[in-house]
Amino acid sequence: METPQRFSLFRYAAPHMFYPLAGKMAPWFLAIAGVLTLIGLYLGFFVAPTDAVQGEVYRVIFIHVPAAWMSMFVYLVMAFWSAVGVVFNTRLSAMMAQALAPTGAMFCFVALWTGALWGRPTWGAYWVWDARLTSQLLLLFLYFGFIALTRAIEDPRRADRAGAILSLVGALNVPVIYFSVKWWNTLHQGASVSLTKAPSMATTMLWSMLVMALAAWAYTIAVTLWRVRSLILERERHTEWVGEVLDAAGERA
Amino acid sequence: MLSVFFEVLRRDLLLAWRNRADVMVTLAFFTIVACLFPFGVGAEPNLLRTIAPGVLWVAALLATLLSLHRLFAQDHTDGVLEQLLLSPEPAVLWVLAKVLAHWLTTAVPLIAAAPLLALLFDMEQSATGVLILSLALGTPILSLLGAVGAALTLGLRGGGMLLALLVLPLFVPILIFGAGAVDAHLSGTGAAAHLLLLGGGSLAALALAPWACAAALRIAVE
Repeated sequence: METPQRFSLFRYAAPHMFYPLAGKMAPWFLAIAGVLTLIGLYLGFFVAPTDAVQGEVYRVIFIHVPAAWMSMFVYLVMAFWSAVGVVFNTRLSAMMAQALAPTGAMFCFVALWTGALWGRPTWGAYWVWDARLTSQLLLLFLYFGFIALTRAIEDPRRADRAGAILSLVGALNVPVIYFSVKWWNTLHQGASVSLTKAPSMATTMLWSMLVMALAAWAYTIAVTLWRVRSLILERERHTEWVGEVLDAAGERA
Repeated sequence: MLSVFFEVLRRDLLLAWRNRADVMVTLAFFTIVACLFPFGVGAEPNLLRTIAPGVLWVAALLATLLSLHRLFAQDHTDGVLEQLLLSPEPAVLWVLAKVLAHWLTTAVPLIAAAPLLALLFDMEQSATGVLILSLALGTPILSLLGAVGAALTLGLRGGGMLLALLVLPLFVPILIFGAGAVDAHLSGTGAAAHLLLLGGGSLAALALAPWACAAALRIAVE
């Protein structure tokens, strides 16, 4: 019996339907990510002019800003999939949330690390207890908590649902962290740096940053799809179709 | 329906009373952590006066964390938790009663002990008042959010460390506002904004956390 066309999207909520689709899509997104990264880095490192105030060191923003954006966005997407999982009781959405978490944590770390490398020559310190920095660090801890909790629970059903609750509670806390730390900072007169305030950023700079952000998106999608494929295989290992997939893979090898 | 609330509250308070040592350990831990700081940073009175609100808040936070595993662990091992979940009474009600009992047995002693510790740090009297108020308004959030964490890690191996990892990032805003209230009072800007935010946070946690906690408990005993 054929499923009517308008339900085709929901068809892929079933892990065994999504698995081949993810396998087809992931290489494309990885290719897109690679091409965009090359373009973005070329624009950023060779075409964009030297910053009048900061010199060459500003070029770290082409990695730093997309990574920071992505790290926050990925947490919200994670919370979104968790909510979908709780409401519709779909297994795939919990797997998506768990597949996203390591990439979010990675981008969080990259944003912190590139920020530290930039901060040393610019501020004279690798780390400052500034609002932005502190909220980013807390976000990293939230990612670690989510990953640790979902890995510590052996029963996948419980892991899915406990992870969903944690990511939803954490998502409520993200704006609270952001604003409270901001508040705290104004009291302490710390160094406050906002990249958006940069006076009339050159267009090439903006473009290369946007291209890098798109590359980060494509990379996240590709890696998440790959990771979700592994999760599906692991969770569905008792089913026949996984056996067939693995046999086919074994024959090819 | 309310009878289940009071019954669970009475039972938990009675259990806490019979195991008074647990409460005393938490209180001793709070005191010792606070007393470690003068050894660590040096006994310069001005410095101690400056860091006192933060130190006492961090100590209260760690003491609460230490006590959280007790919240459901015993009921989980002896099967009471399952009975409660199977009962037709709404889970949110007795979860709330358990959290209230936890708050009464851990946070209230800490709040009562705080003025004595404030003396050790030579805090001003009015600042001590603000500290007490900020603790009274902020610690319910610690108990409520901590209960969600305790329910999520119930019965896991290495649950205690995991609980710290889950809950501490969520506690940071409370720490900032709690210690910030005293700083704001001392700097002359007035602590009202911080205290109102803490109170608002408590109400929000009161409205949301018991549901999340009940859901997490259901998952844990499944």
